[in-house]
Formats: sequence, C-alpha cells, structure tokens
Amino acid sequence: MSFVTILYGTLFYFAAAVLFIGLAYRIYEYAKIPAPLKIPTPPAPKTKTGVAVRIFREVVFFESLFSATKWTWLFSWLFHFALLLALFRHLKYFTDPVWAFVSLEIIQAAGHYGAYIMLFGLFGLFARRIFVDRVRYISSPSDYLMLILIIGIALSGLMMKWFQTDVLAVRQFFLGLMYFEWSELPADAVLLVHLFLVILLMIIFPYSKLLHAPGLFFSPTRNQTDTSREDRHISDWARKLESMKE
Amino acid sequence: MANDKFETPAIKEYPLIPKLQQDASVHIAPFKSKEEFQSPLGYPSELVDDWKEKAIDKMGELLGKYRSLRVYLDSCIQCGACTDKCHYYLGTKDPNNMPVGRQNLFRNVYKRYFTLPGKFFPKLVGATDLTKEVLDEWYTYYHQCSQCRRCAVFCPIGIDTAEISMAAREVMDSIGVGQKYCNEIIAKVNKIGNNLGLPEPALEDTLEGLEEDVKDETGIDVKYPVDVKDAEVLLITPSADFFAEPHVDGLIGYGKVLHQAGISWTLSSHASEAANFGMFIGSYQNMKKLALRIREAALDLNVKRIIFGECGHAWRVAYSFLNTLAGPFDFLDPKYPIPQHICEVTHDLIQKNVLKFDKSANDDMTLTYHDSCNVARASNMGGILGGQFSIPRDIIRSSVNKFYDMDDESINEKTYCCGGGGGLLTDDLIELRVKGALPRMEALKRVIDEHSVTHMAAICAICKSQFSKVFQYYGLELDQIVSLHQLVGNALIMNKKEV
Repeated sequence: MSFVTILYGTLFYFAAAVLFIGLAYRIYEYAKIPAPLKIPTPPAPKTKTGVAVRIFREVVFFESLFSATKWTWLFSWLFHFALLLALFRHLKYFTDPVWAFVSLEIIQAAGHYGAYIMLFGLFGLFARRIFVDRVRYISSPSDYLMLILIIGIALSGLMMKWFQTDVLAVRQFFLGLMYFEWSELPADAVLLVHLFLVILLMIIFPYSKLLHAPGLFFSPTRNQTDTSREDRHISDWARKLESMKE
Repeated sequence: MANDKFETPAIKEYPLIPKLQQDASVHIAPFKSKEEFQSPLGYPSELVDDWKEKAIDKMGELLGKYRSLRVYLDSCIQCGACTDKCHYYLGTKDPNNMPVGRQNLFRNVYKRYFTLPGKFFPKLVGATDLTKEVLDEWYTYYHQCSQCRRCAVFCPIGIDTAEISMAAREVMDSIGVGQKYCNEIIAKVNKIGNNLGLPEPALEDTLEGLEEDVKDETGIDVKYPVDVKDAEVLLITPSADFFAEPHVDGLIGYGKVLHQAGISWTLSSHASEAANFGMFIGSYQNMKKLALRIREAALDLNVKRIIFGECGHAWRVAYSFLNTLAGPFDFLDPKYPIPQHICEVTHDLIQKNVLKFDKSANDDMTLTYHDSCNVARASNMGGILGGQFSIPRDIIRSSVNKFYDMDDESINEKTYCCGGGGGLLTDDLIELRVKGALPRMEALKRVIDEHSVTHMAAICAICKSQFSKVFQYYGLELDQIVSLHQLVGNALIMNKKEV
C-alpha cells in the first residue's frame, strides 16, 4: 500500500465522517429549534403538499432568485445543474455494479460537457463578485476562496480527461474504501489535486455557507403552511408563557 | 420641516440601482429609550456593565428559540440577490441598508462567537468581535429596517431580514439599549390601552363627535359605540383612526358598513389599539402581553366576533400571530374567521349584495392602491391565495370609477414599504423616512403622469401617517393619501331607516 493511498484513504474517511456526521448534526439542530410563529411569505400554500411543491420549485428552478436577478440566477442555476450532471457521471466510481442509467453514454457525456457549463457559471458568479459594487461590498475572502475551490475541482476534473488518468484504478480505490478492501490509488498529480480539493470541500461543508442546502428546507418563510387562523401554532417554550393569561 | 439638513432624493424616470456610498446614512439614529420606558418592559435602563457577555448570552438564547434566526444566519450565500431590494438602500445608498449588509452586522458577530471558522479564522470569513462600535452600528442600522420583508420574497433561501432585525433589537433591549419611540408606546398601551395614550373619556368624547359629524353629513344615526357588552363584533382598530387624517375617515367608513349591514359592534377602551409594537422590538413576551388585552376585552364584552380595522402590522399580528399569542378563541363564533379584517367583512357584504354603492361620489378622485408591506407579505385575506391583494382592490373597484395600479414591481408581494414601518414612524428619523419613501414615490409619480391619478388609498395607519408627512417633500399634497374605507364610506348608499 503506497503512502499516497494510505494518506488519501484516511483523509477520505475523515472527510466523509465530517461531512455526514456534521451535516446530520446541523439538520438535527435545525429540526430541534422551534419556529414559534407563522412567518410564511406569499404566495403561501395552505397545505403540506403545497409546501412540498413550493420547496420543489425553489430547489429545482431557483424561483425566488429568478425573480430577483436574472444574471445571478443564470450563473448559479447553470452551476448547480452542471453539478448534478457531474454527480451522475461520478456515480460510476461509487456503484458496483454501475447503475444502469449512470453508464448511459448520454449521462457520461453530459457529465463531461457539464464541466464547461459549471465553469461558465462559476466564472460568472466570480465576475459578479468583482464587478458589481454591491456584491463586491458583501464578499469576504472566504466567498472568493469558495468559488476558487470549486473552480479548482472542476478544472482538475476536466484535466484528467486530457491526461488519461487510469479511471478504473480510481474506481477500485473508492469501492475499496467503501467495502474496506483498500486498493492502490494511482499517484497521478492532477488526480491528487482534484481529490484533495474535494476532501477540503467535504470538510468545509457543515461549517460554511454551503449550509444553504439544508437551510432552504428549514426556512420558515418557505416551508410553513398559511393556516394561522385555522390551527393554533404554538412552540414548547411559548407554551410556558400561557400562564400570562390571567 | 424648514430646518431639515438633508436633500430629498430626486425622482428618476426609471428606477435605477444606485452606486453604493459608504456611511451615507450612518448619522441617522432614533432617540434612545429612557428608564421610564425601559423598566415597565423589564429592560435595564442603560447599557449594563457586562453588556458584551449579556449580549452574547442573549444571542445564544434566541438562537435556540427561533429556527428562523439560526437557519438564516447560517444559510446566506452572499449571492447579492437582495442587495437592490430594500427601499432604504435605494433611498440612502448606504451599503449597510442592503438587506445582506444589514444582516451581516449581526451575522459576523454570530460567526465570531458561535461558529468554528469564525473562532479560528475570523478575517477569512468576515467574523467580527462585538465592540462598542459594532453595537452602535447595530443600533443605527437595525433602526433603519422597517421589517417589511421585501428582501425575503426575493431571497433564494427565503432569508427574512426582519427576523434578524427583531432579534438584534431584542438583544439590544436586554442590555439596556432600547429605542424611545417603540418602548414608550408599548408602555403606554400597557398603562392606558392605546399607542396615543388616549384615556377612555377622551375616546368617548371623540366618538360622540364622530357620530354628530356623520349625522350632519348623512342624516343617519350611525353609532360609534365603545364598551358595549354583548355586541356581536369587537372592532380593534389603530388608535390613529380616532382622530388623525385620513385615518378617521376610514373609521367613519367601517361604522357605515357595519350600520348598513345591521351588525352590532363595539370598540373597547381596554383594547383600543390594534397595533402591536411588541413585534417591532422582537419581544414575544411583550407582544403576547399586548395581544392578551384583545382576548380580555373580547371575553369581558362577551362578543362573538373580532374584526380588525385598517392597520398593516396589526393585521400581521392579528392574522398570523393572534391565535398563537392569545388563543384559542373557542368562545367566539366559529362561523367566522378569527380574527377578521374589515376588508374581508366589507368584501363579503358586497358579494352578498348587502352593500350598494354610488361610485360617482368618488368621481373627484382617480385612485391607485398602495399594498401595505405587512398585509402583503405577512398575512392573507379571504383564505384564498393572494386574497390580501385582490380583496382591497375589489372593494376599491366597487366604490370608485377610476382606479389604476402602479408598476408590477412595486405592488402585491413586491410592494415597497411606505418608509415608516417597523417602529420608525418618528420625527427623529424623518430623513430616513423621506429617503425610504423614494421607490414608492417614483412608482406613484409614474401613475400620476400616465393616468392622472390624484389619490392613493392604503389600509395601514403607519402608511397613512407616513405618506401624509413625506408627500410634501416630493411635491404632493398631504391629503392625497386616503383610507380605503373612506372611499367605501363616501360611495356607500345608506338606508334612511334605522337598523
């Protein structure tokens, strides 16, 4: 077992633990904190189904962002959509046997060309941070670094296509990590850069603004039903104040 | 005012997003509260010695009580979608009035004390220590937010700056940094029953005068009763309705509608205020205390229904929070929504053909309608999607001949705040109020130019007071703002026979 394999294997276990435990803990925290008042914004649905539809539209189409600013919507929607394509393409590294739809030529090609779309979106978002004075004002170093990190992941990923990385060995490496039968990771510089940046992203996730992903599902302005007159909505801590009635 | 030291923003033909101008409104802050207003609300009278620790503790407490606060502090991507959505940013150009700029004043302190990256790499993530300077910034800019939630409509995550602004105000109150206007008013309601400090005899006197005026005008004995037991309806209305113009014309209108429909009703001297300023300062406890006065009045007067008059924030608290704060209202008639908005009642009566109108009575006016922010974005009417937009407009169309809406980007859920909401309707903030009214004034000027609109109707006491004050700065007359039920009252055909 090479040093690189042991290092990356260990780092991936660590990063996966931080990502999954960290994210699960955040979700637990969000779920545990009460939302004591009804604060949905219009158009607020009356039913849970309506809420599900609303959240679906936000997650899939970024509807609110679309109504706010077309450029940011375009760049960020393309980026996220391409991210999904890339994820599909990468499932071949984690499924055994590879899921049928993942091996489809169209999914693999879309994942590849998606990288260009992703870079287009990311550079667009980066440009907004630099050229729009309002966005520049609110950007902290971490906001730029986050974009650079993801640009780095996309670029290094694309470069592997050009440098003919041994993807079958990479697949063996990840399946090995998953089934605790480690196998060698090719010591390919571009691959190591790509994977290291991914590890960084995984570790950062539960401690950064990437929490907007679970955050949307817990956003009371979006996930509450508009039923305040019909049903009495009261949280546990607020119930303790009920003694104020006489 | 003649001694104003600021320039009223110029009206532009098309709305433009201004270039930001650092510290453009840093000099605008409201008067601080004093002991006489702080103590009755349970807050320290001045900045406490260990304020920093106390403030951090309070932040921690609120983070555990409000999911909105925690999720919204964590989830902002700093994408900038909200940056041009706040009327105070558009009017002042101060970057701390961009919703995200305002949020970050609180978020950066949250990061420093409650998140790992902020503890270890503060510079990297923009985390800041809580210092006296930061506290001053909080006081200034969290009192330049009218909690109108326009930003929340556009945010891809639904982050509501009002939630953060309310939390910041509560943290500040808890360490002795309160705002005079809000806290004085809350203390007044607790003591006397309304924001204006109008005692019962004065209230009765005013209402008698009103009855005489209506009798003179119509020849009909329309009653404006107070503290009448066993009335069917308890009407809760903002105290400005009792004498301010054009508010009082709205109250006259409610009375005419209820008289014509034969519904017996009463006001309450105990709960003679619809507005609930507890919300503005983010205090659940104070909000509940004020809301309970309405429950007490309803029980005491043995009414069957509660109806709210024209008041935006009041309607938010009534529609969205009253059941939570002061419910359950199982002693009221379940056939009617609890509570109801006067517009819902009037609309319903129009549908049932109980009310008839002579629209020509309003022919001296061409109307537009200002959606009040809290009605538009924090409530509903009629139980139908968008009822809070369509019902007031339906009523206006029933009572006037000439009505034109303003730009789509400035009405319905995208409406602009009048510039005086959220506890900012005080003369010490007049510069902010004038500048914050800019987007609404621009939209209004366009319908004036295109459709010869002469008057704007509103259903909020704050909007009405704010516009009658700031109109003059933009070359309009103060009486160009009217109450919606003023239009109803003008056009309503009254039966001569007594009901």
